[in-house]
Amino acid sequence: MTLLVLLSISIVVAAAVYLSLSRDLFRVVIGLTMLGAATNLIVFAAGRFATLTPPLLTTVEDAQAAAVANPLVQALVLTAIVISFALLCFALVLGARLRAQAGNDDVKQMHATEPVAWDSVKPPELEN
Amino acid sequence: MLVLSPLLVPLFTAVLTVLLQRHQRAQQGVSIAGAVVLLLCALWLVQEVSSVGRIQLALGNWPLPFAIEFVADRLSALMVIITAVLGLGVLVYQTSIAEPASESAMLHPLLHGLLAAVGGAVLTADLFNLYVWFELMLITVLGLLVVQDGYRHTEAAFKYFALNLLGTLLFLATVAMLYGTTGQLNFSALADAAQHPELKAVIPVYVAMLMSAFLLKAAAFPLFFWLPASYHSLPAPVLALIGGLITKVGIYVLLRLMGEVFIDQPAVFYEALGWIAIATMISGVLGAAYHWDLRRILAFHIVSQIGYLLLAVALATPASGLAGVFFMVHNILAKAALFLIAGIMWQAAGHYDLRRIGGLYPARPLLAVLFLIAGFSLVGIPPSSGFWGKFLLVQESFVQGRYLWGGLALFVGVLTLYSMVKIWLEGFWKPHPQGTAVTATNRQLTPAYAVVLVLALLLLVTGLYPEPLIQYSEAATSMLWQESAP
Amino acid sequence: MTSRSIMLEYVARSAYWLMLLASVWILLRGHNAPGGGFIAGLMAVAATALLAIVYDVDSARRRLPLQPLQLAVAGVLLALISGIPGVWDDNAFLTHQWWGIEVGNNVFKLSTVIIFDVGVFAAVWGAFATYLFALLDTQGEVT
Repeated sequence: MTLLVLLSISIVVAAAVYLSLSRDLFRVVIGLTMLGAATNLIVFAAGRFATLTPPLLTTVEDAQAAAVANPLVQALVLTAIVISFALLCFALVLGARLRAQAGNDDVKQMHATEPVAWDSVKPPELEN
Repeated sequence: MLVLSPLLVPLFTAVLTVLLQRHQRAQQGVSIAGAVVLLLCALWLVQEVSSVGRIQLALGNWPLPFAIEFVADRLSALMVIITAVLGLGVLVYQTSIAEPASESAMLHPLLHGLLAAVGGAVLTADLFNLYVWFELMLITVLGLLVVQDGYRHTEAAFKYFALNLLGTLLFLATVAMLYGTTGQLNFSALADAAQHPELKAVIPVYVAMLMSAFLLKAAAFPLFFWLPASYHSLPAPVLALIGGLITKVGIYVLLRLMGEVFIDQPAVFYEALGWIAIATMISGVLGAAYHWDLRRILAFHIVSQIGYLLLAVALATPASGLAGVFFMVHNILAKAALFLIAGIMWQAAGHYDLRRIGGLYPARPLLAVLFLIAGFSLVGIPPSSGFWGKFLLVQESFVQGRYLWGGLALFVGVLTLYSMVKIWLEGFWKPHPQGTAVTATNRQLTPAYAVVLVLALLLLVTGLYPEPLIQYSEAATSMLWQESAP
Repeated sequence: MTSRSIMLEYVARSAYWLMLLASVWILLRGHNAPGGGFIAGLMAVAATALLAIVYDVDSARRRLPLQPLQLAVAGVLLALISGIPGVWDDNAFLTHQWWGIEVGNNVFKLSTVIIFDVGVFAAVWGAFATYLFALLDTQGEVT
């Protein structure tokens, strides 16, 4: 099970890196989000995969008897998922707005904050 | 409750300012009142901590080490009070006409959200909770970038988002692996677990990952490219708050983790950190030397000053910690003052590009004096506050036999002087290229001048009479790199 | 949106309230069983999204109890306030209090946790509705 999750994490990370290195704005957003999903899987994996018994235990003996997964990690991953979901939404809105304002979705064309120098020794002027 | 006040007060203020969205006047008033309350709480906290030493609070009465713990000691109280001072100053400055941020309804909530995130990140003693505060910090900074209308801000926000997200994710993955290995998230429990002989071999790997994540957050070489790409698009007061504070929170966390939790790592870490520090200093100052836009010059100087702070972490003794903390206080104040002065210069001369402005010395002598104080502090000319910071740092590197590091740090100081002289000559000394384009003085600038004056006075006082701050910082950093961490 | 679906529009009107009802049920059930404020909030957002897509952003916004951002912030406020009663009892912030009310054989458990959960519910509903409306508005600009 751990090996399986490990493999899927590495596949997700590979896909995420490939996508986020793309020039297409939307692919970059998706790639970064997938990287977040992979990270969440890592957090999840940190709490071992045990039985199908949920970690809702009533007595201490129960907790010692059953080899259950670590419940704290599941709380952590829930928090992490919430945060990464919020960031995904933000990134989507940001990406959509950026594409609307820039008029294209080529990341390499986005030079407004760092204009290309026309003088060989002096930096370009920023508008205001 | 006092421990939580630096995050609860701004959070409540943020909530109130959202509810008052329709009434701009009331919103501003509540916002400033919230900042004043935060400052009072911070003063109280510092006083309390100076007598007691350490206040702890475990949320929800859960037993340690399971509870999320908040700890205020001298070091975190110092960060809290600087945050509060800066927050109040920026909000007052915002009421003037020196390039204020556009008063969108979300500006004040976001600013207070940022203050709360910094307060939380500084006070928490739980690694995962630290991650949450860093996320809040990221999202509020992004919000502040986006509420400024215009394509440039959206683009800057995207660049900031993409690169900072990588750092946050790396941090989160490391937190998960650390928990998987040690079963702890609480700082002091982690410090104990890290001493376990069976874990000695694997902990450094995680520490290296944590270091990379925070080096990115702190804009260290070679991971600083997001900073000059995004910061300069912010309006002056917001830029002063973010540029003064955010990267330093990364350094603060690094100092705490390296100095209190994961002490005694392999020597190669400190060696690497030292060279990264030197590379950060030099690349930052060279980037600043190339640029002519005031905000970009100052943004690159943030990077360069981060190098000094990293050097303090790399030297890894209580004495270097003292130097680092003193330097951090001075640097936050000086940097914020310079960004705010740049805002006034923009208002007076009409542009941020030094090639387009000039003649400010005859027109604004007071501004020139204020700039000299802040600029000299940044360079470290005695008896300014920057001198003591650099003196303590270079002294410690010489004591440890790191002559090259100390020498290079001094050399970078000379290059910093070059940038400040460039701003002085181009902005203040030379005549304005378009004759008399300097606008008339305006009474609506008074709040801006008042804030800069207070910051400059703080810098002057710490420069002329540094003893109290040095003593306080010494007490604050005495626990760093000690075997018997609390 | 140029294409309309009469059937969907008709169903969406009642489905909205059904989805909200389901979300409240999930919110309350989260006490002892899977569920809780966050999931319930997401369900409520789904209901809002249904209206926003089938009709338009404005009619979905009108159906919210408050403006989306104010809803989110009210939720945060509620969650923060729920931590205060604990402080009264000389405990740390966010120590939750429990009371039982006996009705016949059953004990209804009341606690400050439910206030916190309702706060989370409102915060999630409001925050993601804000994102949703922003996204739909931008989409209009692009096409």
